[in-house]
Amino acid sequence: MAGRIPEALADACADVSEAGPGDAVAGVAPRFVARPAGVTEAAAVLAAASSLGMTAVPRGSGTRLAWGAPPVGCDLVVDTSRMNQVLEHAAGDLVVRVQAGVGLDQLASVLAEAGQRLALDPPAAAPRPGPPQGVTLTAPAHGTTLPGPPKGATLSGPPHGAALPVPSNGSGAGTIGGVLATGAAGPLRLRYGTPRDLAIGITVVRADGTVASSGGKVVKNVAGYDLGKLFAGSYGTLGLIVEAAFRLHPLPAATSFVTLDAAGPDEARAAVAAAAGSPLAPSAVELDRPARGQPFRVGVLLEGDAEGVAERTARMAELLGSCSAAPDPPGWWRGGAAAGADGTLIRVAFWAAELARVLGAIDAAAAAAGIDPAIGGSAAAGVLYAAVAEGAPASAVARFVADLRAEVGSGNGSLPGAPAQPGSAVVLHAPAEVRAAVDLWGPVPGLGLMRAIKDQFDPQHMMAPGRFAGGI
Amino acid sequence: MTAQATRGTAGAPRQTKGAGEVAGAAIDDLVPQMIDICGRRDVLTDPAELATYECDGLTSHRCSPGLVVLPTTAEQVAAIVAVCARAKIPFVARGSGTGLSGGALPRADGVLIVTSKMRRVIAIDQESRRAIVEPGVTNLAVSKAAEPFGLFYAPDPSSQVVCSIGGNVAENSGGAHCLKNGFTVHHVTGLEVVTPDGELVWLGDGTGAAPGYDLVGAFIGSEGTLGIATKIIVKLTRIPEAVTTLLAAFRTMGAGGAAVSAIIGSGILPAAIEMMDALAIEAAEAAVACRYPEGAGAVLIVELDGPADDVRRETEAVRAICEKDGAYEIRAAHDAAERTAIWTGRKSAFAAVGRISPAYIVQDGVVPRTALPEVLDRIAELSAASGVRVANVFHAGDGNLHPLVLFDDAKPGAEEAAEEVSGAILDLCISHGGSITGEHGVGADKSKYMPKMFGPGDLDTMQLLRCAFDPAGLCNPGKIFPTPRLCGEVPGVRREPHPLVAAGKVDQF
Repeated sequence: MAGRIPEALADACADVSEAGPGDAVAGVAPRFVARPAGVTEAAAVLAAASSLGMTAVPRGSGTRLAWGAPPVGCDLVVDTSRMNQVLEHAAGDLVVRVQAGVGLDQLASVLAEAGQRLALDPPAAAPRPGPPQGVTLTAPAHGTTLPGPPKGATLSGPPHGAALPVPSNGSGAGTIGGVLATGAAGPLRLRYGTPRDLAIGITVVRADGTVASSGGKVVKNVAGYDLGKLFAGSYGTLGLIVEAAFRLHPLPAATSFVTLDAAGPDEARAAVAAAAGSPLAPSAVELDRPARGQPFRVGVLLEGDAEGVAERTARMAELLGSCSAAPDPPGWWRGGAAAGADGTLIRVAFWAAELARVLGAIDAAAAAAGIDPAIGGSAAAGVLYAAVAEGAPASAVARFVADLRAEVGSGNGSLPGAPAQPGSAVVLHAPAEVRAAVDLWGPVPGLGLMRAIKDQFDPQHMMAPGRFAGGI
Repeated sequence: MTAQATRGTAGAPRQTKGAGEVAGAAIDDLVPQMIDICGRRDVLTDPAELATYECDGLTSHRCSPGLVVLPTTAEQVAAIVAVCARAKIPFVARGSGTGLSGGALPRADGVLIVTSKMRRVIAIDQESRRAIVEPGVTNLAVSKAAEPFGLFYAPDPSSQVVCSIGGNVAENSGGAHCLKNGFTVHHVTGLEVVTPDGELVWLGDGTGAAPGYDLVGAFIGSEGTLGIATKIIVKLTRIPEAVTTLLAAFRTMGAGGAAVSAIIGSGILPAAIEMMDALAIEAAEAAVACRYPEGAGAVLIVELDGPADDVRRETEAVRAICEKDGAYEIRAAHDAAERTAIWTGRKSAFAAVGRISPAYIVQDGVVPRTALPEVLDRIAELSAASGVRVANVFHAGDGNLHPLVLFDDAKPGAEEAAEEVSGAILDLCISHGGSITGEHGVGADKSKYMPKMFGPGDLDTMQLLRCAFDPAGLCNPGKIFPTPRLCGEVPGVRREPHPLVAAGKVDQF
């Protein structure tokens, strides 16, 4: 079988194999899989692919490989699993430099030894995890009494770094390269942003094998264009991410999750706005509702030293009224709608003040389409996910997306100067029949410029062709 | 390098390469069209008026623009750029002109588009924590407009009283407090821009999660080379409940540096950590009588903000760390007046150096924070060996150095010696894994250093972005990149599936 591997490809990389059924990308079967061990091999692989006229799709651990449209060409999968080295952890500088194939969980355990973390917590995709990882807690000396039931929650837990669950590379939250390429982010986005906000340097390989770096390993740096911003969320369409450097943060000594139920959209909005607008520096304000008819669950994450977290927990509880608090995340944290791996997953982005209207719009569109999506996400940051179960008819999902898009895209009418489309509904992944029935991306501001960028970086459209907005 | 002369100019002003030849006729032909767009009053052609715009905050680079226009609307900016694009006349955007790298250096053969008349705060959305502003609005004006809502705009460059948001977007401006809060790029979620061919488009949608490539992130910090922002959607941040500013005096820079490392190592993330050496303190005392503790070899300013109880505990912790590392006097400011007293010396440091030296160069470089002690030693060695005095002011928390290289412009050869030291400091930054600019930008000033920090593949790839936005190379040409890339036609763009794939003949490789 090895004889069928083109010579140029075999020469470029020590680990090239023929693809198997498990290597399909969104249903498209590649011919070969190359696993370069580092920048040099990765560059040689793409140069060889380019010379052979082969289209290539980057792959990390595959956590979010189903996101985006199926590639219109996928001759070669470039797998980053052998690029799994933490190259440099400068703890004193709060900076880490890693290869793209490093798992988020693997990295978290390395950083935790120094009491640090990369503040990215994308939803852990299916199979649905047990207790969420990477959040460990220390105890304040005393319990915290809260006004709401259940009363008297006590914050407790092991000291940080002591008992982190350490899954093997690739499980759970995915790889650095994959998280960057998809721009995936979780609850912490409210305070720390998304991968583009934390990346301070990046090395990529262009479709023709050219290696390029921008940024560096210092947090403050404005020399040259920031390619990291461009590649974050680019779905592999501009090239292969091979290395990246990130700004780190101290691992909080203690965490507290203040949760409450809100009966409807207006109550949910009020709770979210109160928490996010408070001076209590929440790290996350999340919302979750598994099915229509149930209340919205609102969760607020407070982080810091034990004493401060206990004080702020009490104050947050006072602010929000009837609520409860615990040092561990509620079961739905990072695991609700956003983690839905089957069926259709839609990301809705909006201005936070529009929360109640958006929740109402989701319900109205769902009712009209006869479906009941789970809803959840970073409400205070203006990002929600709607997960439609796998069995829902494609036409119903398509109608839901169209209605939702019309509503979300037309908001903010009263705000002068705002863009005509101040929100979006993007289908992240969907079953084939749904993909055939909907435009996954909807209207995209600046699409003409995006096409021009693609044409410059990848003139032959060899990198993950067709996966991205506008058929890019 | 920012050569500032406090008496006359520092040497002969340099004309930027390519800016010397005056297109004359071609520029004059545009005047009637520009008057049609902006009105006669907002089109400047008088050489004396043009000369007002010959430089930005980097006064050593000067060039009178061919023409100056002062639009008041986004549509006017688009029309102006469209005229330039049709005539193939280069154009440069300028905000308040406070940039320190010559990013807004005009061209004699080009049009300077000044956004200072576009200064409306258009809307504030309290619950979404967003403001929509025009590019000419000053940085501080955004925070002032947001204050009644309990919000502020976090990036705070030292020039925030005058610098414009449009300029901040171009330069990805930071400020003393970006240690905790990040830079402009972390606080902008949407941009209405005029592309270099004169089209008015939105990049992003204000949510911070718009679909497609992150064009907002790509545009911010591109130093005016990808287009002109005409509306900016900024994130607003909750005004912290408490702010405490500590001033700690140390006998030596080493002791101060150790305290910085210990503070960061303790897990505390202050809003700002600033440091000044003895020479910088001396200058500040001479200029603004800031009354820092006597005999200080280094002063550290640490600002903590957040929930009141957290700030109180962190203040105690920082105080203890400073004492342990040898601080012999610590002052704490708890209100705005006391805080201002502490910050006065730091904020006036650049200008204050004029009190102790006839002329000076403001350098801007970055090293990993842990390399600070070694790099400062090396700077001291450079200074001792060359006889050129260097005052050090820096954002210690993020390793961003602002060495002030002093010289006497009346003395032959002094400026050259100073420039040599200044350049050697950048070499030190690069060799320690840092950057040639942390916040002032590359502009016209540092493009020659870009090949020291980036390889040909890096620079070539960055310029692909430029080619996508501005294939004709008319938008602020000559900045950032030492050698412009010829964009040319994109060869054989193919949007269909690979023919072999489409035909199912994937065996034929």
